[in-house]
Amino acid sequence: MMTLDRKLTRDLWRLRGQALAIAVVIAGGVMTLILSVTTLEALSGARERFYASHHFAEVFADVKRAPLGVVPRLQEIEGVNLIEPRVQAAMRLSVAGFDDPVRGLAQSIPDGRQPMLNRLHLVAGGLPEPGRDDQAVVSDAFAEAHGLVPGDSLEAIIDGRRVRLRLAGIALSPEFLYQVAPTDLMPDYQRYAVLWMNQRTLANAFGMEGAFNRLTLTLQAGAQREAVIDALDLALARYGGTGAWTRDDQPSHRFLEEELNQQRIQATVLPTIFLAVSAFLLHVVMGRLIQTQREQVAVLKAFGYRDAELARHFGLLAGMIVLLGWALGVALGAWAASGMAGLYRDYFRFPEMPFRVPLWALALSLAVVALATLLGTCQAVWQAVSRPPAEAMRPPAPARFRRSWLERVLPPALLGHEGRIVLRHLARHPAKAGLSVAGIALSAGLLMMGAYQLDAVEAMIDQQYRQVLRMDMELTFAEATPARAAGELRHLPGVLAVETWRRVPVTLIHGHREERTSLLGMEPEPQLRQVLDGDGRPQRLPEAGLMLTRYLAESLDARVGDQLEVAIMEGQRRHVTLPLAALVDEPLGVGAYLTRERLNALMGEGPAISGAWLLVDSDRREALNAALWKMPGVAAIGRLDQAERGIRDYLDETILLFAAIFVAIATSIGFGVVYNNARITFAERARELATLQVLGYSRAEVSRILLGEIALLTLVAIPPGWAIGIVFSRLLNQAFSSDLFRIPLVLTPQAFGIAASGVLAASLLVALLVVRRIGRLDKLRVLKAVE
Amino acid sequence: MHDDRVAALEARGLSRTYQMGEVTLQALSGVDLTLYRGELLVMLGASGSGKSTLLNILGGLDTATGGEVCYVDRSGQRRSLTGASQRALTRFRRHHVGFVFQFYNLISSLTARENVAIVTEIARNPMTPESALAMVGLGERLDHFPSQLSGGEQQRVAIARAVAKQPDLLLCDEPTGALDFRTGIRVLEVLETINREIGTTVAIITHNEVIGEMADRVIRLRDGRVDEIHVNAIRRPARELRW
Repeated sequence: MMTLDRKLTRDLWRLRGQALAIAVVIAGGVMTLILSVTTLEALSGARERFYASHHFAEVFADVKRAPLGVVPRLQEIEGVNLIEPRVQAAMRLSVAGFDDPVRGLAQSIPDGRQPMLNRLHLVAGGLPEPGRDDQAVVSDAFAEAHGLVPGDSLEAIIDGRRVRLRLAGIALSPEFLYQVAPTDLMPDYQRYAVLWMNQRTLANAFGMEGAFNRLTLTLQAGAQREAVIDALDLALARYGGTGAWTRDDQPSHRFLEEELNQQRIQATVLPTIFLAVSAFLLHVVMGRLIQTQREQVAVLKAFGYRDAELARHFGLLAGMIVLLGWALGVALGAWAASGMAGLYRDYFRFPEMPFRVPLWALALSLAVVALATLLGTCQAVWQAVSRPPAEAMRPPAPARFRRSWLERVLPPALLGHEGRIVLRHLARHPAKAGLSVAGIALSAGLLMMGAYQLDAVEAMIDQQYRQVLRMDMELTFAEATPARAAGELRHLPGVLAVETWRRVPVTLIHGHREERTSLLGMEPEPQLRQVLDGDGRPQRLPEAGLMLTRYLAESLDARVGDQLEVAIMEGQRRHVTLPLAALVDEPLGVGAYLTRERLNALMGEGPAISGAWLLVDSDRREALNAALWKMPGVAAIGRLDQAERGIRDYLDETILLFAAIFVAIATSIGFGVVYNNARITFAERARELATLQVLGYSRAEVSRILLGEIALLTLVAIPPGWAIGIVFSRLLNQAFSSDLFRIPLVLTPQAFGIAASGVLAASLLVALLVVRRIGRLDKLRVLKAVE
Repeated sequence: MHDDRVAALEARGLSRTYQMGEVTLQALSGVDLTLYRGELLVMLGASGSGKSTLLNILGGLDTATGGEVCYVDRSGQRRSLTGASQRALTRFRRHHVGFVFQFYNLISSLTARENVAIVTEIARNPMTPESALAMVGLGERLDHFPSQLSGGEQQRVAIARAVAKQPDLLLCDEPTGALDFRTGIRVLEVLETINREIGTTVAIITHNEVIGEMADRVIRLRDGRVDEIHVNAIRRPARELRW
């Protein structure tokens, strides 16, 4: 080993504290990228594999009832590849020992066989035997939630009759990766089940002999999707078709796509910010670290070492630190990602989730941090080697110090000697001080962005469940029911208030933009389900025209006053034109609202309702459940507290966990920056501090100079840190809005507090470490040695 | 001056100005000087007389703002250092010059042996670090770090480091400045031995008049000019010096 290399390893050991702190900064940036990208690839990879291996359909269509005889004709539509009809129906279930109502969605499969499309991945047991009416396969999430195994039984209400079903098997389906009940946002595995039963069984039970009500199909390569859909709609219209749709509108796919989009944004925005920040900090920190080695550079130069040899030496020093930090970041990122993938397994039911850190992410992260470090190193090395060695070895000429304006303003007694030294030193090196402030401010900004995510999600859920959705329970009827049913509900045990609603599936059309959604008809001034304006005030529904969620209006490119075409997908399937009358700001979901009376009129029906919202006395919930169970007309019973808990759990385990990891990373980066600043300041000032101690200053007085400088830099950095935090939060806020949810831009005092206290805490910790060093300073040695 | 002596380094009309903070400093003005092969030269002068500046320019550590410096190699070929590229100056220092600094400038993370090795590894015809350290009487302390050595020992490591490459020129800037009398004499004895036994041209700058007695020639600098050149008829052995 060359002596210069030995020096390298010893220097690395001597600088281990700083090297580790720099490595932490690098690791932070790298970790964000690896974590986000690996999680993203694991999710999307698992999805693609499952879709391909289990033949997930590409187009779906619902009809009221169509004879199987039309299928061969549909098969002839140009572009159609495989086509499979089936029967599907909602049912209510009851599980022994579980009091709450359970919603079920039953799908038919060919008797005793796997379907061609949307094949099942059996986790346990087998398919129902051919000819058996009482056997079913259930979704694995539901089975898991209730501890069900093949052989167990369930009670179901199928078309008003109670039936006992035996579990033949437990399965996953590409169609239900994300198992969420219609109108719900979050999965509730205890209260929602997907079942697969023999075609004949379901057909008999729902009056669908020789018929189907759901069509699934795949397309030939290069097929015109729109043309196929148009042809299907045309062919199915007479059977009560509600319009075919593609995967984009398939609930599970759509949800997963939204989640993947979030992940994609997270995998782009956050690592970009973190990597950029850590690259900048590295650049600064490495530069200053090399500057402290100025004298050594000069000595080596005096011996005849070439610039290239010196550059290699310091490049290696930097390179080792980069490698250490990078490896740490990759390891931590992969570890965190495997944890995240585990959590996602609870929400997205994949048979397997291949977990692999993508090579390009490894290469990209290494390239970014290596470039940033080497840039910082090269600049500093260049500065060090470009000066004649004699000049570099000579103590620098006393720098031109001036009284700073602050000194002129403040009374001398207030500053004291130490204060003056601190102020003049900072004023003397404004660029250096500026970079330190920038570094600390960026760390504070990252912290604030993390804190913002935590706060914003909390605010979003609060708004949705405290102000928008104020009911305790949502009942959905099997079909449109006369509004007088509300009176019956009012007399059920424990019911405090009832408000009814009508929901109709529609396609909204504005220009060439279309959105499949539903119209929700409510009371003119709904109390249990409020619509809020931008300031969170409840609004009255417009007399005429539609009220849309702002996000939905934007995706239709519609403004208040525009005329929207509404294609109703139920009943007489009318096309009507309605003005966009008002906008509503809701954090979760999207919707189109109007008065129920108006909706009934558009449908050409009397006062019909699709469901009701209830306010309930929680002490009498059990009695209410028992009463509702006896009402076969109620297809689904949703509890809001459970929905809220579901969404909170989901956000806690995904977005908030991510945010918490990022806060931890931001804190480590902040610490790394402050620590390096302090250590370098200490190295630069060791001689001066030793001199003061020799002159009779106490350790505390000397410490005050150094700590004063650290404290001043940190305090000065906090306001710009807040400003940076606001910018980062805005960036994130714009990136994170989907039709699933829109995180509001709420910056709470806590977020500002976390940003400030994070960097202050890092400074305090660093201060303690540095003061210990001052105690160990060997005054005479420092004074003897050349700077 | 004797005509039979061979010049090793020639300086003509050297001047150097510095911008020190807000002050412009004339460190050297019009210095003419020749260093002869194998001689031991002492440059005397008060602090600020320009002696360190002169030494640095002669050693290729710094460049003059005016005048010319020429190095004459063993084959008699003259090479101008004035206007030479940084690369050429680096080569000059690497192969021909050894430096000893007042504050030793050892690399604290390397042992005595390694501090010498860091120079022998890039030299053309070096001694082994062990023999260089033996020469300065530190054969027993090879594996000590600078922090484990006394000031005199550190300076001797620095000398071993400077001579280990067997340079043509050994330039010493106040080599005893930070040392007590006894240790200072020890260091000067080492320089004397190297000059005598290897024939290295040695230039020592100091403000200590007594050291001048061990030199072939003594040059006095004042205000950046050569004030006087004195040739000693007899060199006094270092061990006889007293101050």
